[in-house]
Amino acid sequence: MLLQVKNLRCGYGSLEAVRGASLHVCTGEIVGLLGANGAGKTSLLKALVGLLLPWSGEVRIAGRETSGQPAWRCVSNSTVLVPEGKMIFAEMSVRENLLVGGYHNPDRRMQMELVFERFPRLRERQGQVAGTLSGGEQQMLAIGRALMARPMLLLLDEPSMGLAPLMVKEVFAEIFRMKDAGVTVLLVEQNATATLKVADRAYVMETGEIVLEGDAGDLAHHPLVKRAYLGQRDEDDSGQPRQK
Amino acid sequence: MKRLSTGIWADKGGIRSSVEDEGGTIAGRLRGLVPVIGFAMAVPLLHLVLRVAGTEYCLTQLTMAAYYAIVVTGLGLLMGYAGQVSLGHGAFFALGGYTTAVLTTHDFSKWKAATGWLQEAHIMVARQDLYGNQLVTVTPWAAFFAAMAVAMIAGCLIGYPALRLRGHYLAMATLGFGLIVAKLLVGSNLTGAADGLNGVPEWILMPGLVVSGKVPVRVQNYYLACGLLLVVLVLLRNTVQSRVGRALKSIHDGEKAANSMGINTAAYKLKVFLLSAALAAAAGVFFTHYTAGIGPSEAGALKSLRYVALAAAGGMSNLWGVAIVSLALNYFSLRGWFGTYDNAVFGALLILIISLAPAGPLQPAAAWLRRRGWWRNAQSSHHGTP
Repeated sequence: MLLQVKNLRCGYGSLEAVRGASLHVCTGEIVGLLGANGAGKTSLLKALVGLLLPWSGEVRIAGRETSGQPAWRCVSNSTVLVPEGKMIFAEMSVRENLLVGGYHNPDRRMQMELVFERFPRLRERQGQVAGTLSGGEQQMLAIGRALMARPMLLLLDEPSMGLAPLMVKEVFAEIFRMKDAGVTVLLVEQNATATLKVADRAYVMETGEIVLEGDAGDLAHHPLVKRAYLGQRDEDDSGQPRQK
Repeated sequence: MKRLSTGIWADKGGIRSSVEDEGGTIAGRLRGLVPVIGFAMAVPLLHLVLRVAGTEYCLTQLTMAAYYAIVVTGLGLLMGYAGQVSLGHGAFFALGGYTTAVLTTHDFSKWKAATGWLQEAHIMVARQDLYGNQLVTVTPWAAFFAAMAVAMIAGCLIGYPALRLRGHYLAMATLGFGLIVAKLLVGSNLTGAADGLNGVPEWILMPGLVVSGKVPVRVQNYYLACGLLLVVLVLLRNTVQSRVGRALKSIHDGEKAANSMGINTAAYKLKVFLLSAALAAAAGVFFTHYTAGIGPSEAGALKSLRYVALAAAGGMSNLWGVAIVSLALNYFSLRGWFGTYDNAVFGALLILIISLAPAGPLQPAAAWLRRRGWWRNAQSSHHGTP
């Protein structure tokens, strides 16, 4: 098991954002973490990499206890977070962004070639200042930058946020291709339809707790998921329109 | 503070994306040498001009300005690349200078038991002061290392807690530090109170090379100071164009994201702060030997603010610009061009830079020249950005 989280609790000040969440990700899997805005998904991810100090519970990456470690350590645990809202280095060139991503990787120039093969667009634009890329290209850069560290576990936070529908498709196709590269992915998303298509398994989070877990195919047909995230009504629903 | 955070400290577009990094092309590397060669040629040229004009005495102020420029260049690294502001670099300069001044002028002959072996180890030396009194003092080399140690310890004590927090805590902490150091220097007899210290001996770096303000070695000291400035610039340039430099730029650009990339941002900021404090202290040591003394005004808040103004005026991350602007303006100031408005000039400069040209005046000027086709920036051809 690559990632194991047990009873994780964390939050901000007195506000508890994650209330005892447990989940696991096996090597080679793509696991989705679904939930509405404010369900605590991002806080959970932040706690996994150390950007947020967990209050209690344990985080094990490849068997090693990592909770409480500073964020910059997580890369040496072969775990890289692609943060929400991309957070690329807007004033640096595409190439420099990638090289920073390979900060701990001595073969960063070789790795950059591999990233360019995966994202030919980035090679074309390597000299360009990253802030001038389109939203989709910036997301590609954020993912490419994370791959520069040769992670075993990639944590993606809302990669489809703010992208045009066509771009969303492309990003999800890229995530699906991570499997070929042997990268394990924990994907945090609000876009349930697309996530359940690429993921092997998924968890559903609500108000800081994991309320549902299962194979992606099963979850896609689960009444709760259908109602809350896929915009469909239950068959056994009384026919009255539900209030959103 | 809001204006500042979007203004000069954020330094929009001020960071130069150096495409020619470790694996840069040969042409890129040669281009990088242009300022080095230009600087190395300008120094003797300026000397020649002053000699022909019969105003060789101006070299004294140029030498002093070059030492100040080392302080400002180090501050430019801190502000332009780590995105932190120090309002206490004058205090680090003074800490270096005063430590040297105290150790090399204070008479330690009372401590007979200890001074014996210290003299054997060449850490202390028996000499005569200006009035022929017999003294036992610390040698300049030993005092230099002691001064650096004092500055580094002070830097750690301030930087370690302040840099773990996000925001402008370093600016506040260093401002307080500067005020405390200035008060201590004025209030203590050991540091000569308001008079400061004088009679600091010359510093023989090696046979034939001496840091001293005496007229026969004026030319030599001018080249020494400019040479040191050039060495600092080349070292910092190499630092900035490496993996370390990329890490620094990424911290400036987005600290959380840099952290997620595995960069220990707190440690980096502390290292850069210590490096720039060390440069300030070292410049203070050289300056003190050169002028044979130091006064408490060197630690004043106005002096520190002047360094910040100069770093901003030079464009912060543009270290060459910082060095040249600070060399020129400090020279004019030392020659008394600004008269009684001396401090006001630097205050006004800072206000003008923040409100009109947050990325430094050199950048808009270069853009203007480029638009007119008079000067082609090598970097613009690389990115094709506006």
